[in-house]
Amino acid sequence: MLSRRDLMKHGAAGAAILAAGLKPLSVSAQGDELTIAYNVNLPSFDPTVGLSAVNPTIQGIYQSIFDMYIGQKPDLSFEPGILTEWGWNDDKTKVSMTVREGATWHDGSPVTPEDIVWSLERAGNPETGNPIQFVWSKIGNFAIDGNVVTADVKEFEPTLFKWMAFLTGYVMPKAYYEKVGPEGFEKAPVGCGPYKVEQFERNAFLKLSAHEDYWGGAPAYKSVIIKFVPDATSRVAEVEAGKSQVAFDMSYEEFDRLKAKSGLNGVTTPISDIAMIFINDVEPMTDKNVRQAAAFAINKQLLIDRLLSGYGVAIDTLQAPEYAAFDPDTVVGYDPDKAVALLKASGFSTENPVKFKIQTTRGFKPKDYEMIQAIVGMWRKVGIEAEIEVYEIAKHFELRAADQLAPAAFYNWGNSIGDPATSTGFAMFGPSPHSVWDGQEMIDMIGPLWGEPDDEKRIAGYRAVDKKIAEDALAIPLLQYVQPIVYADGIDVTPNVSGAVLPYRMKPSA
Amino acid sequence: MDALRGILTRIVTTAITLFGVAVIVFAVIRIAPGDPIAMMLPPGASDEDIARLRALYGLDKSIVEQFFIWLGNVLHGDFGTSISIRQNVLGIVLGRLPATLELSFLALIIASTIGVGLAYLATRYRETAAEGTVDVINGIALSVPDFLWGLALILTFGVAWPIFEISGRVSPTLDLPFTSNFYLLESLVRFRFDITLNLLSHMIMPAIALALPLAAVISQLLKSSLKETMNQDYVMLARTKGFPESRVIARDAMRNAILPTMTLTGVQLTFLIGGTVIIERLFSYEGLGNLAIDAVINRDLPLIQGIVLLFAVLFVAINLIVDLLYTLLNPRLRHG
Repeated sequence: MLSRRDLMKHGAAGAAILAAGLKPLSVSAQGDELTIAYNVNLPSFDPTVGLSAVNPTIQGIYQSIFDMYIGQKPDLSFEPGILTEWGWNDDKTKVSMTVREGATWHDGSPVTPEDIVWSLERAGNPETGNPIQFVWSKIGNFAIDGNVVTADVKEFEPTLFKWMAFLTGYVMPKAYYEKVGPEGFEKAPVGCGPYKVEQFERNAFLKLSAHEDYWGGAPAYKSVIIKFVPDATSRVAEVEAGKSQVAFDMSYEEFDRLKAKSGLNGVTTPISDIAMIFINDVEPMTDKNVRQAAAFAINKQLLIDRLLSGYGVAIDTLQAPEYAAFDPDTVVGYDPDKAVALLKASGFSTENPVKFKIQTTRGFKPKDYEMIQAIVGMWRKVGIEAEIEVYEIAKHFELRAADQLAPAAFYNWGNSIGDPATSTGFAMFGPSPHSVWDGQEMIDMIGPLWGEPDDEKRIAGYRAVDKKIAEDALAIPLLQYVQPIVYADGIDVTPNVSGAVLPYRMKPSA
Repeated sequence: MDALRGILTRIVTTAITLFGVAVIVFAVIRIAPGDPIAMMLPPGASDEDIARLRALYGLDKSIVEQFFIWLGNVLHGDFGTSISIRQNVLGIVLGRLPATLELSFLALIIASTIGVGLAYLATRYRETAAEGTVDVINGIALSVPDFLWGLALILTFGVAWPIFEISGRVSPTLDLPFTSNFYLLESLVRFRFDITLNLLSHMIMPAIALALPLAAVISQLLKSSLKETMNQDYVMLARTKGFPESRVIARDAMRNAILPTMTLTGVQLTFLIGGTVIIERLFSYEGLGNLAIDAVINRDLPLIQGIVLLFAVLFVAINLIVDLLYTLLNPRLRHG
């Protein structure tokens, strides 16, 4: 009969065996294998339809599997992708696109001009649910001549080719998609990007293998595992324990701690994502003095230094330094005395403060709520009493689309093609569902720029718009975010200003 | 006849409960802030684009109309299409359910083992330092929320002493020869103990995090019941027969004392399953809870409805099973 002592003895031995057996089967990078702890889950594979298509954080995964019509370098500049040449005719009534020869789909079949035409027609078809359909539908009547695709311009869209490197600008496989349909495609997606899908466990991981025939050269890592780890603490633990070799978007304090550890490295880069305060043209924001005072009272560098451990770039317009219409000469300084004077001119003071509500998310972006708390503190010192309302990002979208944001509302605006139309244009043009500033002056300034065929003139026009926004404080740009990436020894990581974490741009260090 | 009437009553009340849940869920998630279409709007979308997207997802109709369309479809087994995942909701939800069930039952086993073990120890060594220690352990286990246990476990057994996996349900390097999503069960049935161990290395920390508060509840309640039972005549009789105290507790006292604990454990199991939402997220575990958070973030209304309704069905089923088990195990109810 088994005595209690025997039971304890065997139990301990059993526990030891179990613990040994439970040791992780996979740990650190094995030569040509790479594991990345990713910050979001991947809902759907089709990069051209539905919610995922316009989710900027997922684009890095899409770009690993699918190619865009036009590629983008890490600094946001454009480069040939599946299209090697592109452009307008002289009077901008036609577009011409040359399709790369030698590119193949993951099933080995060639990427053809028919694929390009089908992808663009599908994207422009309102029934497919492409959220950017309003851009793609501006060209039509496609024709193929050898490797060159031409199309008629139905409505001139100066940013058309930039969109070909932006949201939903992905080439899709005509023959395969028509054969398997949408559901079949979700089960076994095929693209022409640097990596093929091997295995997908929803909410857990995505296993990719190298597309050896990739036109840009076979990827350095033959196998990439993307673990979906949305919780930042768990992501940190993953890379710290060596179970993932790359992790990103953790707190800056954790980033500093991790990169100081032996065996780990860190890289940061300013990305195409800015923090800003939307101003709604309702009371008291119709008073220019109040708006300007609110802008002058904010010490942006202090916010960056104290709250973001110095990781951030203060900005004065909606254009980050890497964007096409960035103008270093447009500056809004930190001047609390001027803020006091402006408020005094409108009859406000610290004893009789102007009052309004400011909305913010909490935890959606690094230190978002804390940043607004600090700003409210800065405002209080000059005579602004702002009440903070915390909302979820979904509520922000709903309120903004309905033009019902509070007088001030914190938000982050991503713009990975760096064109002013997709930042200043949409954020500040009254009729846009993304704008809450309805002033006629902005409508008059931005309106003609939508269809301006001369790109230099268009960009100059937006610089003038941004200058006007800065002067009149029609929005308060705060800072450009910096993306922290932690990675293990032995890996070369190239960060992208777009914020996309791309395994294709990683390689074993020499 | 009475039994049949009881079953019919139960079925009717279950149907009413589920209908009530469906109505409440449908209304609440539409009243709650956040419009899925507003989240999908690209820069430059016009009013026509918004209307087109709204119509595409069936959100252009009144809430009442939407509800009855949805209810009619649900009664035909069609829970709609997920806005974010763009697949059939029922398929998605049923695909993830096994992961959550396996995690919950593993947590239940751990909680029951720890809870019963601690209660036994506290009873066996009652009115000694051991009982006080058990009370302290229970107090700590109960007062720390499950997600904090999760974090503590990650830092201890994931980072400092890395013997368990931090995220996921199974290692991506493994090939799974399974036909169902009940990986743990199927690995045991197929004698693939290498996969069983790998699954356990992923599941053990989230399961313990979920189990600890429940273990404390089981332990406290069972200890109280056992202490009461230890003064019953039949227990005294067992003692006078010369049986050792450990046997008296385990065989004679435990049988009756366990009944109220079992009922409570059934109720607590539903809370435990609810707790998987946060724990699955923390451990990137591919169950319903993790899916639910994404559904809420994306305002994926059909998916939220599907998940909540399935949770409701689970809760009702668990309560039903507990009631039946209680009837079976309690002689007074069984023969009454």
